Amino acid sequence: MSADHKNDEGLHGVMAEFGDEAALIAGIEQAKRDGFTDMEAYTPVPSHDVIHALGVKNRFSMVVFCGGLAGACSGFLLQYVVSVLVYPVNIGGRPYNSWPAFIVIVFECTILFAALSAVIGMLFLNGLPQPYHPVFNVPQFLRASQDRFFLVVHATDPKFDPRSTMERLQASAPLSVAEVAN
Amino acid sequence: MSANIPPSVIRRDPVIGPGHTAGSVIDKISSIVLSRDIQRGWFLLLALSGMGVMLLGVSVGWLLTRGVGVWGINEPVAWGFDIINFVWWIGIGHAGTLISAILLLLHQEWRTSINRFSEAMTLFAVMCAGMFPLLHLGRPWLAFWLFPLPNTMSMWPQFRSPLMWDVFAVSTYGTVSALFWYVGLIPDFATLRDKAQNKIGRVIFGMAAMGWRGATQHWARYEVAYLLLAGLATPLVVSVHTVVSFDFAVSVIPGWHTTVMPPYFVAGAVYSGFAMVLTLMLPVRAAYRLQDLITMRHIDNMGKIMLVTGMIVVYGYAMELFFGWYAGSTAEGFMVHNRLFGSAAGAYKGLLFCNLLTPQLLWFKKVRRSLWLLFVISIIVNIGMWLERYVIVVTCLERDYLPSSWGDFHPTIWDWSLFIGTISFFLFMMLLFIRFIPMIPIFEMRSLLPKSQAGAKAAAADQSTDASKH
Repeated sequence: MSADHKNDEGLHGVMAEFGDEAALIAGIEQAKRDGFTDMEAYTPVPSHDVIHALGVKNRFSMVVFCGGLAGACSGFLLQYVVSVLVYPVNIGGRPYNSWPAFIVIVFECTILFAALSAVIGMLFLNGLPQPYHPVFNVPQFLRASQDRFFLVVHATDPKFDPRSTMERLQASAPLSVAEVAN
Repeated sequence: MSANIPPSVIRRDPVIGPGHTAGSVIDKISSIVLSRDIQRGWFLLLALSGMGVMLLGVSVGWLLTRGVGVWGINEPVAWGFDIINFVWWIGIGHAGTLISAILLLLHQEWRTSINRFSEAMTLFAVMCAGMFPLLHLGRPWLAFWLFPLPNTMSMWPQFRSPLMWDVFAVSTYGTVSALFWYVGLIPDFATLRDKAQNKIGRVIFGMAAMGWRGATQHWARYEVAYLLLAGLATPLVVSVHTVVSFDFAVSVIPGWHTTVMPPYFVAGAVYSGFAMVLTLMLPVRAAYRLQDLITMRHIDNMGKIMLVTGMIVVYGYAMELFFGWYAGSTAEGFMVHNRLFGSAAGAYKGLLFCNLLTPQLLWFKKVRRSLWLLFVISIIVNIGMWLERYVIVVTCLERDYLPSSWGDFHPTIWDWSLFIGTISFFLFMMLLFIRFIPMIPIFEMRSLLPKSQAGAKAAAADQSTDASKH
């Protein structure tokens, strides 16, 4: 990636590589001071400090809660419809809607739906599976899953300009800075 | 016990051996998967267990051709090896979920290096467990009748039956275990994709990683999802074995109809599961030189958990005998007498030896730290837990209320061949797993490093002072 890149139309952004988490967080803080808002960090391990520094918020647990609720309702509805409406079996005059006997399956359906919504919801909201993403165009990025920490300022950021953004990222002393081709 | 003592006072082995860095942990774990050469011992074991898988195929084939009559089951023992092995296998699976979910929620960091391995064990054990009720149906191709699907007969399942609860519990358990395992693997597949030297590895691991790139936004959702999955799996694992015990406890058979069944079954499941983890992990640890990642701390802790759950199981045995007397029913009293002195008395004594006496050795730290002894104990416990299910199923069914309906159970060679077949299938899958999937979670081990390096230094200092004393 050369710095004299003429055309910034095809850019995903500019990427800085850091050796550890503290350096990455310093880089994020510096970029925030420089007025960048549209950024993403890439780390080999989940880090609460990075999540906090980037101000990432998520209310993902609501998805799972709703999934569990849907599971509980459909579990009970299934048993009610079958045992009361569609296929009532009279066993010694016991009530058709014998809800205590339905608890186990309601519980299992709650867990099943909640777990499925946790996994499918996480993948869906993260946009996975995703066969192609521009960050993989940078050769150094191979180490993002091992021991390097990356910060990308997206080209969609209002203050983005390939050359000046690279210079600004250089200020926080990263191991390397590169343009990310789209 | 240790709640009031600051952690630094308790001398412990480190979770990761001294001198490890992020790079060395990744290299150590991924090199097993990415290496091109095939170890001779691994291949030999794979071939051996592959032969066992063929035995499984033959046993299933013969069963499907001739019907369940090839087994030793008949009235009154209509549930024989199939239910014994089902409960045995599903119990073994439970340790995996306990390690990965409950210990995660309890912030037991030492679980990290053994959780992937034991989750894999769960998955394969549930597969083995699931085969038995399916094959016991006699016509397994009609297994979908178990599920509430609209059909031309206009018939629906009976949702008030514990057997139906079992269908839901076990299928949910299998699904959630697989999801939990896979979600934990995604970042590791990404690491392997980026480390793979050849194209095949990059493509296969790349597909498995689904384009994971470690974006912070993704990690935030990932962590919530993983934690919630753990939170969901925890009550699930308790419910699964509770429901399995309902298969017995909700019936009226003397010896089955007791309230002690659910806790006793759950503890027994964890107990046998930890035994199986040790049985498998001790040889793997030695063969792949993982002593730094699976330390004496893990092994010691697993021994302790086996001791605790073993004692709960023994409490269950005591309660069974107590209820036989306290129920004040002739049939219940006779059940206890029959268990102690009847046809399966040998199995009952064996069970007491395996599950009551043997685990008492685990009180001693020396025993918990002797790999060979622990390996032998873990195998004895596995046998003991199998005998426990044998005693519960067979003695109770052989002699119920009416002497006119009494009968004896004799397993046939096909009972044994199917059982051995599933054990081989289990080992076969485990062997494939340790070779092709990172058996220790890479990214979770990495997150442990900063904390454990200080711990490792302290432990190393402890050991050196220890050595100077001797």
